[in-house]
Parts: sequence; structure tokens; C-alpha cells
Amino acid sequence: MSNPILLAVLVLGVTGAIFAVVLYFVAQKFKVEEDPLIDEIADVLPGANCGGCGKAGCRAMAEAFVKQGNMEGLSCPAGGPAVAEKVAALLGCVAEASDPMVAVVRCNGSCSNAPAKTNYDGLKDCAYAHSLYQGESGCAFGCLGLGNCAKVCQFGALSIDPETGLPVVDEEKCTACGACTKACPRAIIELRKKGMKNRRVFVACRNTEKGGVAKKNCAAACIGCGKCAKVCKKEAITIEKNLSYIDFTKCVACGLCVNECPTGAIQAANFTPVKPKPKTEAPAASDAPAAEAPKAPETPAN
Amino acid sequence: MLKTFAMGGVHPEENKISTNAVIEYMPVPAQVSVLMNQHLGAPATPIVAVGDKVKVGQLIGEAQAFMCANVHSPVSGTVKKIEPVRDAFGLWKPAVIIDVEGDEWMETIDRTPDIKRECTLEPAQIVAKLKEMGIVGLGGATFPAHIKYSVPEGKKAEYLIINAVECEPYLTSDHRVMLEHAEEICIGIDILRRSLNVPHAYIGIENNKPEPIAHMKEVAAKFDGRLIVEPLKVKYPQGAEKQLINAITGRRVPSGKLPIDVGCVVSNVGTTFAVYEAIQKNKPLIENILTVTGKKLASQHNYQCRIGITYADIIKHSIGELPENTGKVISGGPMMGKAMSNLDAPTVKGASSVLVIDQSEAVRAQETNCIRCGKCMNACPMGLEPYLFSALVKNGRIEEAGKHNILDCIECGCCFFSCPANKPLLDEIRLGKNKMRAILAAKKK
Repeated sequence: MSNPILLAVLVLGVTGAIFAVVLYFVAQKFKVEEDPLIDEIADVLPGANCGGCGKAGCRAMAEAFVKQGNMEGLSCPAGGPAVAEKVAALLGCVAEASDPMVAVVRCNGSCSNAPAKTNYDGLKDCAYAHSLYQGESGCAFGCLGLGNCAKVCQFGALSIDPETGLPVVDEEKCTACGACTKACPRAIIELRKKGMKNRRVFVACRNTEKGGVAKKNCAAACIGCGKCAKVCKKEAITIEKNLSYIDFTKCVACGLCVNECPTGAIQAANFTPVKPKPKTEAPAASDAPAAEAPKAPETPAN
Repeated sequence: MLKTFAMGGVHPEENKISTNAVIEYMPVPAQVSVLMNQHLGAPATPIVAVGDKVKVGQLIGEAQAFMCANVHSPVSGTVKKIEPVRDAFGLWKPAVIIDVEGDEWMETIDRTPDIKRECTLEPAQIVAKLKEMGIVGLGGATFPAHIKYSVPEGKKAEYLIINAVECEPYLTSDHRVMLEHAEEICIGIDILRRSLNVPHAYIGIENNKPEPIAHMKEVAAKFDGRLIVEPLKVKYPQGAEKQLINAITGRRVPSGKLPIDVGCVVSNVGTTFAVYEAIQKNKPLIENILTVTGKKLASQHNYQCRIGITYADIIKHSIGELPENTGKVISGGPMMGKAMSNLDAPTVKGASSVLVIDQSEAVRAQETNCIRCGKCMNACPMGLEPYLFSALVKNGRIEEAGKHNILDCIECGCCFFSCPANKPLLDEIRLGKNKMRAILAAKKK
């Protein structure tokens, strides 16, 4: 053994071989039996780990699918029907049909509807601003516009429109995972049925103050007058605490209430303007660019 | 050498420009709104009905929960409404709205200017009376006094410390009260001292107030050495409870504990004046002393003011209207006070000032990146790591921040004040504290 190189190679080689054998037996002994289906399903799932299903992430969801063996009560809101089909095929069961949902913004307190009376200069975080005061416009229920919803959206479906100061939902990208609804400290964002031809009608206001008080801060506030409930033929509209709510399971998006609303608090999304109606000044969806957007007046703080 | 607290602290510009303004009496407006929640804890329950006639000092809100304080009518007149009103931050709070008619006081209240020196009440009676009169701590936290002075069993008070530090810039109400009502204050302190059964009471005053120190020393000398005036080295936030305890006794309140756990009870000097009036004169807490100040104001004021007057009324009476380019109107001092978003809100027991800040000083500077200089850690009087909280809260690692004692933060603002990168450290910490409390509350369930 005069050659040190040879010696080194030999020693390392032999040790390596011994470890390989040991590791082989250890691996056999402590093998974790895992259903290969979990990996397959995890591959099918979107992989955004958004938490919309209520599980910690996509892999946890895949495990839940396999453990249960069917899809009852489990659904991936982000993946939608396409993913549901694929998972059903892998599991060998039928995918539950569910109505596609989408996030809607239930506030229309834009810079022009609810002009700012004060200036907020603190941390750009809705939850923090909400804990401090009522908001720049004076409405304690309206959007603070600091974008917590946009920050949590994994799919880039939410953004704050600098014109209106309100969040805008990109319907194409929104997967109705519900992360934004949890992030909003004022529960302004709601998941609603996408509806026929993507048309839906909803009350874009959360203010439960009396009509006069609410109107003081926002031109587009729901004043709880009840006109919409009277005109609704499907009994989909209820008024509670000065605030109207349209039940999307009953609403057929006929649009009667939209024309009836005196403040324009009821919004109709994706309706094609069939005939020009004189009364509807705020017709289209929240993401339609405002026809005329007067700049908010220079507002002195306080 | 003068005493001060050991850790951290900063030296903001003092700006005590209203020290020479003698306390004036604020006239009673036509209507007041008395909030039912003027103290730490649950709101009081209104015990009057719409249309009832009330007198000054009559009980209108009763403390029914444990952590609660009585609320009395600051005016005489008719109850107009019992409904929520917006507070100074625009949030709805339950209130009793009273239309003022005349100024008829309850017969039990002694309104003579004579100073009543003798007090023969037993400690338990003193505490009961504090509760009856709705006394709360006037240093800022508005902690109900009867709870503070009911020392829990197994614990013993060794020190009574009176907080006359007034370390917040601009504020001068305590300064004026000490100059104008020193004897009443000392009687109040002596009553509190007796209720706790401690031999001495220490009155901590920062050394930037030589007049009150001299005057209080002179008056305290009449009390046979029971009251000790302790001049302190100037450093913000000396008026914070834990820092003041540390400055005077050298003791440190451990994390999550109360001052009484280290044998200390701390009361604000304004509270002791209210205690004197309540115990000796039967006058409930219906007035407070507040400073109206600001660099750009034509005149500076200190007012004795009925609770429930709106901030707008105070501004109208004192300076007419806000000067041009007013950036902020703050309730409290510039370090810990909050900018108000609704000036039509009524004042509350704990209100200490109306501070008008010019636009040029009201805007925050541009935030830049943290350069890890550690100034925030040096400044923190609680020995915490603000930069770390900022990062943890931003990344949603709230429980980790909890492990680093984020809830110990006293929100004094030293970190934000000292940060060369202008990072909103305190905002982030407050957000983290809110979230941490929510987590703890969820765990309790």
C-alpha cells in the first residue's frame, strides 16, 4: 500500500459501499407507505396553496381527497370545474356540480361618491386603519382602499383602481378562493354566484346606518328605503338594519331593482345596455372605467 | 444625581408653550353628549330615560360590569336622546345626549372654595367612594380607580407613586394644576396613601418644571414627611407607569405583570385632584383639565372643562377657528395622542389636550429601507426589538412576535421617533398587537 491515492480511493469506496448497504436496509425498514394517488392529485391541483379549500395547502387537500375516497364536501374553488373533473377521474367518482362563484366588491364609495374629508398618513394596511378610525370619507363601513385584498390575492385578480380608490376584481382570474373576503376587515368583499352569462346584481354597500347619516358620507350608499324589495318579483331582497341584501340563490338578475334604486347602490355586472335608461347613472360593473371621473377635490386634513 | 429609568428613552422637543396660561373655565354649551364608555372596560349602562331632568353630578350611567366606571351628568337639563354618537375617530359609541338648562348642581356637592383637610373615611370607604364618583385614571389609560385601589389579596402595596411627570411635549394641564391646586392635590394624595396603608407617597416630577417642583415641595412639607417630591431627570417616556416605577424605586415590572406585583400603585396627579374633589367635596368626575395648544395658535390655553363638550366647541371658544394650513388636531400629546377625524365628537374623562399641528409638521417623511442601525432598540424603554416586530408582522409571523413579547410594547413611539428610515414601526407593532390579541382570544375559547 505504497500509493496514498489508491489507499484513499479504496477506503472511501469500501465505506461508501457499507453505508449503501446499511441505508438500503434502513430504508426498507422505515418505509412510509404513501398512496401514489396523492402525488397524482397534488399535480392536478393548481398548486397556489391559497387555502381557499380550508386546508393548509394543495398537498393537504390531495391527502384529504385520497383519505375520503370521494369528493363529497371537498372542493377546490381555485381550480373550478376543470380541476374537479380531473380529480374525479383520478378518484373514480363523479364531480359534484357547483355554481361557479366570483368575488364582488360591496362598496361603491369611490373618490367622487364618497369624497375624502380627512387624510390618512399611517401604515398602508386596511386592518390597521380600520382599528384606528372610520375612514377618510367618514363612512365606517366602506372600503379603506389600502389594498389588503389585493395583497392576499394569489391569482392577481384584485387591484386597487387609482381613479376610484376601490378594489377591482378581474373576473377571468378570480377563482373564488375567498382569501380576500377574509383579508377585508370590513367584510366588503363577498363571494357570489357568477350567474347566467356572468350577469349578477348586488348591493354595493355595507352601511347599516340610517339613510340620512349614510348619505352624508357617500352618494352611493344604500339608505334602506326598501324600494328594491318592493319591486323584486322573486322575493330575493331583504332589508335589515337599513341595508338591502340580494340573495343570489333567488336572484334571477332581471335588473328591476337596479333601476329602482334612488342612490345607485345596486350594481348590475356585465349587463349590456339594451336601451339607454335615463335613471341609471352607475350602470356597469365595478371594473368598468368610470365615464366621467371628476378628480377628488383637494382635501385638507381634518 | 437625579433619577430616571434605566433603559431606552428619547428627548423630543418639549414645546411647553402654554405653561403660563392660567386655567380658565370653559362655558357650558347648549347640548352635551356624554359617552357611556369613557374608561377602560365595558360601557356603563344608562339609568336615565329620554325626557328625564338631570342635575350636575347626577348618576346617569351605572357601572354594572366589573371593569367599568360610573358616569355622571356634567350639566343640568333634560335628557334628549339615548343613542350612539360618533367619537373623535368616527366610531359609534353609546351616549346620553342632554339639552342644557341652567346650571343646577346636586345638593350633596360642596361647591365652596374652602379647602377641606380632614378625612376620616376608612380605606374600604374611600375605595367605595371612588367607585361611586366614577373616578378613573386621568393619565391616559382611564383605568377605573376603585379597581386600582382594591389591592388583591396576597399582594401588598409598598409604594404609592404620583405621576406628575407630564413627559409628553406640549401638554401643560398637570403643570398648571400643580401650581394652582397644590394643596388639594396633596390632600388627595394623602387620602390615597391612607387607603393603601403605605407610609410614604412619592411624587415624580421632571426637572424641566422647576416652579411646580418648588411649589409642591413647599406644600408637601406640611404633611409631616409623608409626601416626598422626587425631581427626575428629563427623559421621555418617564410618565409611562412602568418607567416611572423604575425611575423612582429601581424595580422592574415583569412582562405580563401589573405594578401591584412589585408593590407599586401609580396614579396621575390629575387623578389625585379628582380624588380630592370626590372624597372631600362629593364631586363626581365631571370635569377635566385640558390644554389647547399649538405653535401656530394666536393664544395658548388651559381649561377646566365639563366632560361632553365637543372638541369643535372648545376650539370655537378658545381660538375661534383653526388656523390656516392646519394639518392635524390631536387629542393627547404628539407622541402618544391620536389625530382626530371627527371634531364634533364629545370630550371624555381622559381627554388631556387639543393639540393643533401645522401641515408642515403633520406629514410623515418618506419611508426608506431599514439599515439595521439598531436605534429603535436603543430607544425602546421596554427593551424590545421594534425592527424585528416590523419584519415579523409584515410577514404574518405574529406568534413569533408574541414570543418576543410584542404585547409588552407600551406604544410610546420612541422607536418611530428615532428611526432614521422613517419606518412606521409603531403602526406595525400596533397591528401585530391587535392580531396577537385576536390569536390569544381565539385560543382561550
